[in-house]
Amino acid sequence: MKDAPGTRDYDWLLLAILAAICALGVIEIYSATHGSTLSGMHMKQVRWLVIGFVLMFALSRLDYHLILDQAPALYLLGITALIAVLLVGHTRFGAKRWINVPGIGELLQVSELVKLIIIIVLARFFAEVRSDQLDLRDLIKAGLLVGVPLVLILKQPDLGTALVLIPLLVVGAFLAGLQWQHAAAFSLAGILLVGAVFYPPVSRRILKPYQRERITSFLHPEEDAKGSGYQLLQSKIAVGSGGFWGKGFSNGSQNQLGYIPVRYSDFIMSAWAEEQGFKGVLLALGLYMALLLRLVQNAQRAKDRAGMFLVMGVAAALGFHVLVNVAMVIGAMPVTGIPLPLMSYGGSATLFVFLAIGLVMNVRLRRFVN
Amino acid sequence: MSYWFRNDNRLPQARLAIASYIIVGMIGVLLLGFWKLQVIDADKYSSLAERNRVRYIPVIAPRGRMLDREGRVLVDNRPSFSVLLLRDDLAQVQKHLAGISEGLGIPLDDLHDQLNNAKNLPKFQPIIIKPDASPADVAFIESHRSDIPVLEMIPVHRRRYLPGGFFAHAAGYVGEVSEQQIEASNGRLRPGDFAGKSGLERQYNDLLQGTDGMRRVVVNSVGKEVDRLATQEAISGKQILLTIDYDLQQVAEQALGARPGAAVALDPRTGEVLAMVSHPTLDPNDFAVRISANDWKSLNEDRQKPLLNRAIQAQLAPGSVFKIVTATAMLEDKNPPESFTTFCPGYATFYGRQFKCYIYGKGSHGVAGLHKAVLESCDIFFYNVGMRLGIDRLSYYGSKFGLGRKTGIDLPEELAGLMPSAEWVERVYHRKWYAGETISVAIGQGAVITTPLQLARMIGGIASGGVFKQPHLLKDALNVGEERVALSEATVEKITDAMYGVVNEEGGTARNVRLPGIEVSGKSGTAQVIGYATREKFGKQKKFEDNAWFVGYAPRRNPEIVVAVLVQESGKHGGEAAGPVVKEVIKAYYDKKNKKTQGQETAESKQPDPRNTPARVAATAPRSALKPEESAAVVPARASAEPRR
Repeated sequence: MKDAPGTRDYDWLLLAILAAICALGVIEIYSATHGSTLSGMHMKQVRWLVIGFVLMFALSRLDYHLILDQAPALYLLGITALIAVLLVGHTRFGAKRWINVPGIGELLQVSELVKLIIIIVLARFFAEVRSDQLDLRDLIKAGLLVGVPLVLILKQPDLGTALVLIPLLVVGAFLAGLQWQHAAAFSLAGILLVGAVFYPPVSRRILKPYQRERITSFLHPEEDAKGSGYQLLQSKIAVGSGGFWGKGFSNGSQNQLGYIPVRYSDFIMSAWAEEQGFKGVLLALGLYMALLLRLVQNAQRAKDRAGMFLVMGVAAALGFHVLVNVAMVIGAMPVTGIPLPLMSYGGSATLFVFLAIGLVMNVRLRRFVN
Repeated sequence: MSYWFRNDNRLPQARLAIASYIIVGMIGVLLLGFWKLQVIDADKYSSLAERNRVRYIPVIAPRGRMLDREGRVLVDNRPSFSVLLLRDDLAQVQKHLAGISEGLGIPLDDLHDQLNNAKNLPKFQPIIIKPDASPADVAFIESHRSDIPVLEMIPVHRRRYLPGGFFAHAAGYVGEVSEQQIEASNGRLRPGDFAGKSGLERQYNDLLQGTDGMRRVVVNSVGKEVDRLATQEAISGKQILLTIDYDLQQVAEQALGARPGAAVALDPRTGEVLAMVSHPTLDPNDFAVRISANDWKSLNEDRQKPLLNRAIQAQLAPGSVFKIVTATAMLEDKNPPESFTTFCPGYATFYGRQFKCYIYGKGSHGVAGLHKAVLESCDIFFYNVGMRLGIDRLSYYGSKFGLGRKTGIDLPEELAGLMPSAEWVERVYHRKWYAGETISVAIGQGAVITTPLQLARMIGGIASGGVFKQPHLLKDALNVGEERVALSEATVEKITDAMYGVVNEEGGTARNVRLPGIEVSGKSGTAQVIGYATREKFGKQKKFEDNAWFVGYAPRRNPEIVVAVLVQESGKHGGEAAGPVVKEVIKAYYDKKNKKTQGQETAESKQPDPRNTPARVAATAPRSALKPEESAAVVPARASAEPRR
């Protein structure tokens, strides 16, 4: 059943959108770091992007059905890797998230890989549900599939990445025919959980101090100067002071003087918004919207259910990243440490996005094959 | 190849369409968020960004220097650092307060107080929490630039006064402004600023104090200055030229020595103050930064009252110096007539009470007329004159000559003394004046009290024929006040002759003040602190010792210099204790003058800055007629403190 799709079948529009977003990211990384000790970081990002493109094309050549066949093995691999990280991982910024991959010489953030695996695993799981209705047993099974790695990632601790797994489950379940009673029940549970997180007497038991601090500072940013509340405030100041037209390339005081926290990574949108203004934000968010809609379109054209789930899983992950990151930048959500896909500097995160897009291409390339 | 192909039914498209709507909605909501920040609230965040970026750092204006009449520096500035606390971000300040307190050694309560005091000021204005940073403080701030971003240092100028309390009282001192001063300044002064607190520093604060500038700098997120936007330069305070002659001041300081007292030298022709000394002195350098509460308390409670500028604040009985008032009144009123004489057996009885002459028990002044009575300072003569004149006339002339009134010198602390009168007892004590009181007042005892400056002005004015110039310290003073009292030529002649006799004639009370070739004249005074009766009751105690006065001038008519000296509790006669100080100053004045007129000023102009050379009397008077031994013998006059009586 080997097929050899031609280059004509690649989604060149999607790639163009992707390239545009990456370009914005590289420009802003350059602007944010060129005058500092971090200068040259944009070239490192370009290197990651190149590696990402190569991996994306490589992955797109491999029939996704073969990948889905290996889902159980991949799942086990992912769980093992997460446990390995907890045992022998490298600690950076107070969390054990990185593992040394021999040969690459770079530390890889295992949880990024796990996100990809969960997309694949869920796609296979939901594709095997043979009806348009998702019954409770299957829903609980899916929940458990996501729950195990989620808990392991929370242990690192990495709340942000752990949270990304949830929309994968939610979007998958919705597409698989989630029944409204179940949806209501789980929503209620979710609301209760979120409520508990924001309710100090309970959050004290279930959250780490740094997580509690982030929530407090999100709710009361003024009380926590220079802490994470300060970060949110500075980010808002950067965004707001950019105005409609922006302060101009490499001309944002908040960015250039270092008031924006990790301005080249998690808060890159803040730096972009300051220097490029609302018009720049319009462009960036427009590109993200185009990207996401294009993904949905690809899902619609997928040949089978599995392909659809795969593409929609990618869309859910990217959409959630964009939502949580950008909402944080404008001070509407606590600091979670979720990067902005393709714009934020970061090796593992960039590779994840390209591999995920590789899966999408894979599905697209095989849409006519039967 | 696998079971996947068996499942080829596709998902309902509607669910995917819903996903698309959700995506559009999500991006829309995010855009709304940006719209709110970037368009609706853009101004607010722009100003916040600006406040982040820009810091206001004051540039402290140096205070003007004080120079003596020849341009020699009496008071200037030294460089120092002040520690500023930036208050833009109060939460940040609160967070680091404990660390700052520890690092700079400032009590935490102190910091809280200072922050409280400044809470009504604009937030961008930093406050000074430590005015004179030690090298250790500087190191602490430099090493904590990134983790304690609310500290900043600015170079400032601290006041530097001559060491050893030289000219300290007249110069005054600066200190942190009080709340009243801040309110009165119309926004010119801020908490932590320094302003003159006393003396000339206070009197001419507006001149001396410049206008602070402001530097706007760009700082990065760790508080490091990365750029300078604009600097509003500080405008230095004006330097002021004083009438003080450093050399005479030096001589007066040394001649008075460690004894409590005061010396004032005036040029009666102009009212210029040539020297002003008050001892014990204090070192205003201690105040130039911030004096501890304890030090301040001990200065205030010191029985010697070092804070008092005795030249203008010591209000004491003038003793026999007042006899010049009595004598002038007698000659002017011709009551009793000029030929009036008395016999002095050492005491006299008035209104049934015995009044002693100071010579009581040691002899007699015999028969004395005005000239002899002034020369020998016979009390009996002046008792009689006073009785005949009555308090109204004495009070009239005393007031005319400036007693009981401020001289108007340009120092904020001057006190008026008191010239008693019948009206005064009526007003204050609601009783009649007792005629017996007049007897005491006639010889400068009783209720009459004067300051050294008043006596210098008075004697200088009478010797100038009744022209009283307002004493002042600012060389270029505009509108120097002048009072003229019509005195007959004959009166002035007789009074000045008598005062010349005090120093130069046989029997004069201050023959030791004589200077060859100079017509030194003057009047001594030995004023009782308490009455004879009280003294007998308490026995001989240091604090009841007599105060010694001598007011000398030269030449005998229209003097160029008048020097009033008070030596408190010396236990010695005025001529003996205070006279030599007057003599030293007058001698130094003439030595200098002669040298100048001989065209030998060249050595003078080459003289190094006074602060570098502990100037000596001999150094300023190389052509002195006095032999070195003599000069040495005069200076430590306090060594032979044997009471004379």
